[in-house]
Amino acid sequence: MEREITLVVNGVTRQVTVPVRRLLSDCLRHDLGLTGTHVGCEHGVCGCCTVLLDGDPVRSCLTFAVSVDGHSLTTVEGLAGPDGLSPVQRAFAECHGLQCGFCTPGFLCTATALLRDNPTPTEDEVLEGVSGNLCRCTGYQNIVKAVHRAAEIMAEES
Amino acid sequence: MKPAPFEYHAPRDLGQALADLAGAGEHGKVLAGGQSLIPLLNMRLAAPEHLIDINGLAELATIDVDEHGVTVGALARHAQVERSPEAADAQPLLRLALRLVAHPVIRNRGTVVGSLVHADPAAELPAVLALLDGSVRLARRGSPEDPLTGPGTPANGTRWRDVPASEFFVGPLESAIQPGELAVSAYFPNLPERSGVSFREVARRHGDYALAGVAAVVTLDDDLLVGSARAACIGVGPVPLVVDVTEQCGHRPPSAVDWAAAARAVQAGTEPEADIHATAEYRRHLVAVIAEQALREAAGGA
Repeated sequence: MEREITLVVNGVTRQVTVPVRRLLSDCLRHDLGLTGTHVGCEHGVCGCCTVLLDGDPVRSCLTFAVSVDGHSLTTVEGLAGPDGLSPVQRAFAECHGLQCGFCTPGFLCTATALLRDNPTPTEDEVLEGVSGNLCRCTGYQNIVKAVHRAAEIMAEES
Repeated sequence: MKPAPFEYHAPRDLGQALADLAGAGEHGKVLAGGQSLIPLLNMRLAAPEHLIDINGLAELATIDVDEHGVTVGALARHAQVERSPEAADAQPLLRLALRLVAHPVIRNRGTVVGSLVHADPAAELPAVLALLDGSVRLARRGSPEDPLTGPGTPANGTRWRDVPASEFFVGPLESAIQPGELAVSAYFPNLPERSGVSFREVARRHGDYALAGVAAVVTLDDDLLVGSARAACIGVGPVPLVVDVTEQCGHRPPSAVDWAAAARAVQAGTEPEADIHATAEYRRHLVAVIAEQALREAAGGA
């Protein structure tokens, strides 16, 4: 059983025909070629597949593509602006908030939404905000620093 | 990894959803937030033939607050309820519990009613519904053969029944919902005046299912003595376990109550099981510790 759906991905309207059981994560990667969204555990634990659905972070592995027909998505490919990397992306690079990079797309999407809703988060708010994303390399210290640094960059540039 | 094939239904209104569910019968499953169901599908622990996706039913994305309580529609996300100041004012236990449900990203998609229907014995929201004596409204399509369909049947043929929490949770991952039924809303009654609440739990990692948890409501009477004290435990039995410890509190002011004894009474009703995360004995120990903390905190806020 297949369906034709329309998704607005990173500002571009995409029409695609998918099996109804296609997970959004697989739709993004296999059908739309956007392999920046990573697939780790596929049961909602690791957070690597986090994308923004109508602006809010969700697990794309726990969402069917057909369920979000007509909605807007932002993946890691859509975070950078015309002038280059987004403040969150620059902060992660600057603070060494990644090593192997597998978890990074999920962290970037999660942190982007976190800082949009709360531009000056406390340490606890950052920890709570990224608590649903696993990283096996960094030990999280530099990720947390990067989120705070991103908040600074955004404040400087606003 | 992908789910087994299924027929997909995306109804646009409640009548169509109930018709789809009636047609699918026992082979149908409702998809709301999917944060519990889709992992089960991905791991093929569940393989329904028909999936009825209610994400298009905006009419169910409601939070209604009145002087009696908070009614949460089937498509209200955890995050939506957590952020509602009206819901938090009317029923503070809801927000306390929601902040313990998984992670913020999961709460953006998961639904309150979905958590109730999923009926995980370690989940927070079933305990809240049970502790508050709330209820779940189940709707289904009426039919001429339906013995319940009588003169009172609404024009659109929809039948509904309200199931109290004490009858709704039947066993682990099992609720009273029948094939063809859709849980359209959950009702969380307000607290009496001079009531305090608490929700404490211990989990291996923040956001994990709790090894054990206790929600408590303590209400003081007109003389500021403990008039009612109840606790609901999660993770230590097949369904949320509600224990009334009013008697153990002995109608005293909160400062004179033997809360440890009250907590032991809560503990006495639990039947924890062992798994890879904790032994049954450790869970029993946790219940007593957490129950005392929760009861004290609830009494302090009353």
